Amino acid sequence: MSLDKKDVEAIARLARLEINPDQIEETASQLSSILEFVDQMNAVDTTGVEPIAHPLDLVARTREDVVTETNQREHFQAIAPKTQDGLYLVPKVIE
Amino acid sequence: MHNKTLAELSTALQDKEFSSEELTRHYLDRIQQHDPSINSFITVTEDLAIAQAQAADQQIASGNAGTLTGIPLAQKDIFCTNGVKTSCASLMLDNFIAPYDATVVEKINDAGMVMLGKTNMDEFAMGSTTESSYYGDAKNPWDLERVPGGSSGGSAAAVAAQLTPVATGTDTGGSIRQPAALCGITGIKPTYGTVSRYGMIAFASSLDQGGPMTRTAEDAAMMLNVMTGFDEKDATSIERDSEDYTRSLNNKLDGLTIGLPKEYFSDDLDSDIANVIDTAIKEVEKLGASIKEISLPNTRLSIPAYYVIAPAECSSNLSRMDGVRFGYRCEDPKDLYDLYARSRGEAFGEEVKRRIMIGTYALSAGYYDAYYLKAQQIRRLISDDFKKAFLDVDVIMGPTSPSTAFKFGELSEDNDPVSMYLADIYTISVNLAGLPGMSIPAGLVKGLPVGLQLIGNYFQEAKLLNIAHQFQQATDHHQQTPDSFQEGK
Repeated sequence: MSLDKKDVEAIARLARLEINPDQIEETASQLSSILEFVDQMNAVDTTGVEPIAHPLDLVARTREDVVTETNQREHFQAIAPKTQDGLYLVPKVIE
Repeated sequence: MHNKTLAELSTALQDKEFSSEELTRHYLDRIQQHDPSINSFITVTEDLAIAQAQAADQQIASGNAGTLTGIPLAQKDIFCTNGVKTSCASLMLDNFIAPYDATVVEKINDAGMVMLGKTNMDEFAMGSTTESSYYGDAKNPWDLERVPGGSSGGSAAAVAAQLTPVATGTDTGGSIRQPAALCGITGIKPTYGTVSRYGMIAFASSLDQGGPMTRTAEDAAMMLNVMTGFDEKDATSIERDSEDYTRSLNNKLDGLTIGLPKEYFSDDLDSDIANVIDTAIKEVEKLGASIKEISLPNTRLSIPAYYVIAPAECSSNLSRMDGVRFGYRCEDPKDLYDLYARSRGEAFGEEVKRRIMIGTYALSAGYYDAYYLKAQQIRRLISDDFKKAFLDVDVIMGPTSPSTAFKFGELSEDNDPVSMYLADIYTISVNLAGLPGMSIPAGLVKGLPVGLQLIGNYFQEAKLLNIAHQFQQATDHHQQTPDSFQEGK
């Protein structure tokens, strides 16, 4: 699988990553080389093979729906880039 | 002091031969003296260490000490440490003071151990050289022009240079075992789900597993006793009775069958390394084991499958680094998209960005079956290879790494990320199957350490440690240390 500049721009947008415009070409070639390498998987027929999600095939554990944590909002927000009145601040989303 | 094992340090502390504070200051002095040449620490927590050592000394004086009380250690900078910078070697978390302790850190603190600092690593544990650290390369103490391996390269270098008796590591595709091999120390990655992942900054959640990096198998067993155990806060933690990993260290190896996968001894393996591994295996045979050739036919598929699964999971995990709640935020974002994209674009390094993009692509609409699902199916084939092999053998052995420590830039200079990925050919399949794996020093080639890998069936850590301990009783490879770090008591 080979990616071009447009593919890389689309992926970077999905991943919310700004890529320097003069690095897009190089990125495309590096990502293509990884994908070509990964394509070796296609040499094997995996029809009917059950995929693994957990190595020991564990089922998800459940617990009672009760509060187990204490509120530590101020403690956690102390390391935030920008907060006000207990809220995280980001640039205006709705005009 | 720094030539003692954990058991010897423990006895010396209980017998008041020296105090924890003296021992801690000794290691802090060694770090100050030697770390500038190997850059194995990102943060040295001197004041905290002294305070913890003084508390440990009081515990020892009052007779309430545990086996490891007062013994110093270093934490890989991927484990959250309350009130202490936890950077994951990334600009993204350069300003991140963790607001809580990882379960591993909590357990180690409860055991009364003393944290010397946080060790260097590849950024977000993505790499095999420690070259992707935002804080500069860590160096291999055996040769400062060579890599210590990665991603737990700082931990391995610090233990090898005896700047700490033990360090923690994490292993997603070989990140404990490969640096242990390249730096000539002992490292074990337990069965997936044995060590809690809570507070261990996630890279690829279905593969990540923490473990100890030490100088001996006995040390590793003592550390596993502290680090393992069921944790409600980790959704994939395994509920099982705790065990004493030191219980069978002294068992004889009579009747043990070692499997040698022919795929691990192909012509691609460097002949000098093959000789060292052969000699080590003959030594284990002398201790009573017999050998049997086995096959793990899907080994070569492990790297392609890994480079879908790990990036896919990392692209999801690292989406939490968005410049909103913690970590790096770009200057003057013009809108929310700009805030996300520029914060992430500016603060992540090249390898991290590549893996996020590969993962994003593999998980994007229309590609899931061709990549992620296919890789998870191959993962089943790899796991089945091991299941079949363990019907006939007790343990699998082979090299940990296809080469000894290489020079900086050697694998990255041709600008092809894939060449570095191939360095993990013998370790990755163990993570895909979730099995325990271990690397121990087996000898030197041209003055550089070679690691012998031991792979066990699920929950067979004690058996691996038993074999490794018996090997270390009969040989002295694990006692060899790089010359230039012997200065200082």
